[in-house]
Amino acid sequence: MVSIKRTTIRDHAHRRILKDKLIFGMVIFLSMVTISPIILIIAKLVINGFRQISLNFIIQNTPGTFEAMTAVANGELIPGGIANGITGTLLMVALASVIAIPIGVVTGIFLYENPGKFIANLTRNVADILQGIPSIVLGLIAYIWVVKGITNGFSALAGSVSLAIMMLPMIIKSTEETLKMIPQTIKEAALALGVPYYKVILKVLIPTGFSGLLTGILLGISRIMGETAPLMLTALGSTVVNFDISKPTSAIPLLIWEFYNDPNMVSLIWSSSLLLMGVVLLLNLLSRQLANSSI
Amino acid sequence: MNSDKITKIVLLSASLIILLVSGGMVFSLVKGAIPTFHAFGLNFIISNQWDPSQGKEAYGALPFIAGTIMTSVTALLICLPLSFSTSLFLGEYFKDKKIARVIRLMVDLLAGIPSIVYGLWGFYVLRPLLIDLGLPNQGFGVFTASLILAIMIIPYATSLSNEIITMVPNDLKEAAYSLGATRYEVIFNVIIPSARSGIIAGYILAFGRALGETMAVTMLIGNANVIPTGFFDTGNTMASVIANQFGEADGLKLSSLIAIALLLFLITGIINAIGKLIIKKMA
Repeated sequence: MVSIKRTTIRDHAHRRILKDKLIFGMVIFLSMVTISPIILIIAKLVINGFRQISLNFIIQNTPGTFEAMTAVANGELIPGGIANGITGTLLMVALASVIAIPIGVVTGIFLYENPGKFIANLTRNVADILQGIPSIVLGLIAYIWVVKGITNGFSALAGSVSLAIMMLPMIIKSTEETLKMIPQTIKEAALALGVPYYKVILKVLIPTGFSGLLTGILLGISRIMGETAPLMLTALGSTVVNFDISKPTSAIPLLIWEFYNDPNMVSLIWSSSLLLMGVVLLLNLLSRQLANSSI
Repeated sequence: MNSDKITKIVLLSASLIILLVSGGMVFSLVKGAIPTFHAFGLNFIISNQWDPSQGKEAYGALPFIAGTIMTSVTALLICLPLSFSTSLFLGEYFKDKKIARVIRLMVDLLAGIPSIVYGLWGFYVLRPLLIDLGLPNQGFGVFTASLILAIMIIPYATSLSNEIITMVPNDLKEAAYSLGATRYEVIFNVIIPSARSGIIAGYILAFGRALGETMAVTMLIGNANVIPTGFFDTGNTMASVIANQFGEADGLKLSSLIAIALLLFLITGIINAIGKLIIKKMA
């Protein structure tokens, strides 16, 4: 009687330990599955894309579809590059930053300075919701506001506005979070010296939280740089380098989309994606490095 | 007026700009959608017709609402075991270990990959694989799109639940261990119950992401303006139909696309608000 009971207890313990090991193995396995796409994607881009990357790829405009077809037929690399996309991306990201960074940082400061106020709570909630709005909807908004309302046609400005709206909540959030970490005493010390309020903000709060602010900004830029959908509805694309913000403009993601849809240009998608991903991930890592070193 | 007052006004006005922009967005979407709701009424939401032919134009959003829900829910189901395991890996099994930092960085980098690159990878790598496995429709369809979507939302689901799991107090876990609990018993009887609302909030926010993803889905779902009849059937989501049909749209069609954008705006807004509310309740 006793011996039977003992074996069932031992069996039960065995089963529990076995189950524990099983779950552990599954966690390891599924975690590896989770991170495998990042390795596979980067590998695919590097293997298929590196051959095309050269100086010409960065300083020349996109080739015509006929040129590309001839090159592919002769077994050569497709001539030309994506200079129009690179300059377009730089232009639109810069313009979006110019719009979003000041408004975002100042709003973040407002939220930090007035934590309990109704209007601050409202703004915080609205910014939270804004962060979740799909980028294609923001593209449609910029189309209605800028393409239809201001530039009377597809334009870099419209693209920038959609990207700026996307960037705003990220900057507001990171500004507020950064400022919250600054010791209250530093601000009080400045105020006690009779420093005017705006100087406290410009000379104390912003410099102290600078690396935190920069982290948020870099992360925001890396996020909007790869956006395609809103630009399809706003900037449209262009085959030449364009710096006029009221004219249609290309961007690297837009070019990838064009290459994807043009059978003759298909081999250009990998090098363009490699370049785009390289810059985006670099910015991402840089901001992370900055965030770690600032704490 | 002194400088302090001016500073306060500047701060306030930046905040008002945010409110104005957001209010303006709702206003513009509603205004743009009016012709559609004027023509079809609320039938727009439950009609499954999408016929742009001149003279007998008829638009309904149901196929796209159905497509959006099907892809997002499937993506969430695929993402669930993966991201949950990963957050246990990061927040429990290898907490504060070097390997956890590396894995965490890789998961975070997943969030940095542009949507269009996911689309390309899905089109050129995943789709041929699925065709070999016998998927119909050239590998296009709800399932393929969901698979890519699942990968895309993993970082959003993982980062929050990982954070919450890390925050579960050690004394709770130690109490269970001292009673002789195995690790998985601690996970299922202590960690999950006490981190539940945070984990759920993470998945809700990830679901909100999945609803609005555009490019990758557009490249993989097959772009058919009908209600998908199965998981391997082609379809369209609300976001992908806007991307697809926008190019040749004006008049009533454009208005219908704006109406779809309005619905998408409302749905993602509500989903996000619920997620944030749960997080706020926890804090």
